[in-house]
Amino acid sequence: MAEREQKRKANPERTDEAVEDVPATSPNGEKLKAELDDLLDEIDEVLEDNAEEFVRNYVQKGGE
Amino acid sequence: MAIPKVCGIETEYGIQVVNGDPNPIAASSLLINAYAQEVARQQTGWDFEDEAPGNDARGFAREGSMPPQVETHLVNTVLTNGARYYVDHAHPELSTPECSDALECVRYDRAGEIILIRSMEAADRIARDGSQLVVYKNNSDGKGNSYGCHENYLMDRMAPFSRVVTGVTPHFVTRQIFAGAGKIGTETSGHQSDRPDFQLSQRAEFFEEQVGLETTLKRPIVNTRDEPHADPHRYRRLHVIVGDANLSEVATFLKVGTTSIVLAMIEDDVRCSRELAIADPVGAMHAVARDRELSRPVLMEDGSTATALDIQWELHGLARKYAEDRGLECLGSPSIGSAVLDRWEDVLHGLETDPMSLARQLDWVAKLQLIEAFRDRHRCDWDDHRLAALDLQYHDLRPSRSLFARLGMERLIDERSVKSAVTDPPVGTRAWFRGQCLRKWPAHVVTANWDSLVFDLGADPLRRVPMMDPLKGTANHVEELLETCSSPSELLDRLSS
Repeated sequence: MAEREQKRKANPERTDEAVEDVPATSPNGEKLKAELDDLLDEIDEVLEDNAEEFVRNYVQKGGE
Repeated sequence: MAIPKVCGIETEYGIQVVNGDPNPIAASSLLINAYAQEVARQQTGWDFEDEAPGNDARGFAREGSMPPQVETHLVNTVLTNGARYYVDHAHPELSTPECSDALECVRYDRAGEIILIRSMEAADRIARDGSQLVVYKNNSDGKGNSYGCHENYLMDRMAPFSRVVTGVTPHFVTRQIFAGAGKIGTETSGHQSDRPDFQLSQRAEFFEEQVGLETTLKRPIVNTRDEPHADPHRYRRLHVIVGDANLSEVATFLKVGTTSIVLAMIEDDVRCSRELAIADPVGAMHAVARDRELSRPVLMEDGSTATALDIQWELHGLARKYAEDRGLECLGSPSIGSAVLDRWEDVLHGLETDPMSLARQLDWVAKLQLIEAFRDRHRCDWDDHRLAALDLQYHDLRPSRSLFARLGMERLIDERSVKSAVTDPPVGTRAWFRGQCLRKWPAHVVTANWDSLVFDLGADPLRRVPMMDPLKGTANHVEELLETCSSPSELLDRLSS
């Protein structure tokens, strides 16, 4: 029980940390942006070539 | 006291044929046959003795509300992990075995994905015409056709169904804020002015009623299908059709875990001090799906308003108190119960303060972050075909194409444990007995279903072993028995003595 109460009280502190980390200039923000850039490079490569046709051809019957 | 929340997930996968016969029924059959023959090397069929999808939990007689069941001879098989793998309508469907808790449910849901991936690979090996089968774990085709990801939960028959409906509706309307898989646009609204850019849930907009028996049209938030697949005097099995198929393990864990707690509280008749009745649940469900700022108030029956987050916080607070007063043994174990409560709290807190902080935890947030980054890079509008392609490809199960697999999402189950769940049944439910008998005597188990096994011992008649209690037939109960029986005849003799 004591452990659980502690955890709940920890939450407001976590909020403060989150607020400090948000600005885009922070190291974490830069890291996140770099990761997303790498990811987008990869996704540009793996994304189906003809997006319009790919999406149009995906037709399913209703189920359940 | 609430009974153990034995649970399972039934996923209908989307299927697409590239360069081949586009018939989805033929494709689904090929996919599952390929797995049964090439991978599992196993042919035990499903026994339909027990099926009654037209029975209504409200106690109504069947009045032609469901079409007659036609024997279709579609592929329908049972696996050694206790799962059912079959063709349902025009989709491959995998029902996990009965699981003891939400985390185990995540494990078997993930094992299901591996089974589908291995099926695709096996089908590709068999196909000699250059065609390829592609499977998607999603819930709609973007053109108004939806298919389901259902959950099921063991419940005490004593809990009146009307109380289940009242108690679970606010949760089902609002849990999509963490359990939604996200999608671009809308498939049900014809007006250009009424198009959201993005919705939290793939499924929410397809729901039209609060309560009902249907699953394919006029879908209800609370489905009344009454098929306990167990002793009907003691149990019901709540069939939940309101959810999205999740790729995120955290989302699946929370979806099943929070629902298990809400259902346990309904069994124990624990209620909020404040009435949580939503004035228009269907309208609210659609509105919540379109509210990615998580700020739109929902009108309650008492005239007050609350956001989806407010309602989730109320349910979470009630669950905390319930856990302190009565414990959460019914969640499988107290540690699973507290893990659900803690993660639920963390995620609600994240949604309240900075939803994007949950991009490695929740499907809709991960997808939205990816879409926003793509839009930013390519300067494209919401109706760009590449975004729709990205939305769809998020759910592609092929490791070479899956976008989800590239996002570094948080895992709750290690890969070795997922792989063992492809062949091994859960230890804490009757799925253990089903799976072990199939593994030990595949030639003698002629058919199986949720609540029985039928053995062929070489002499007439076939022998049916009933398993009417999902909590019996566990490893604890029958491991020694199975290990010491040298033949199925000996097993049946000892079971009947």
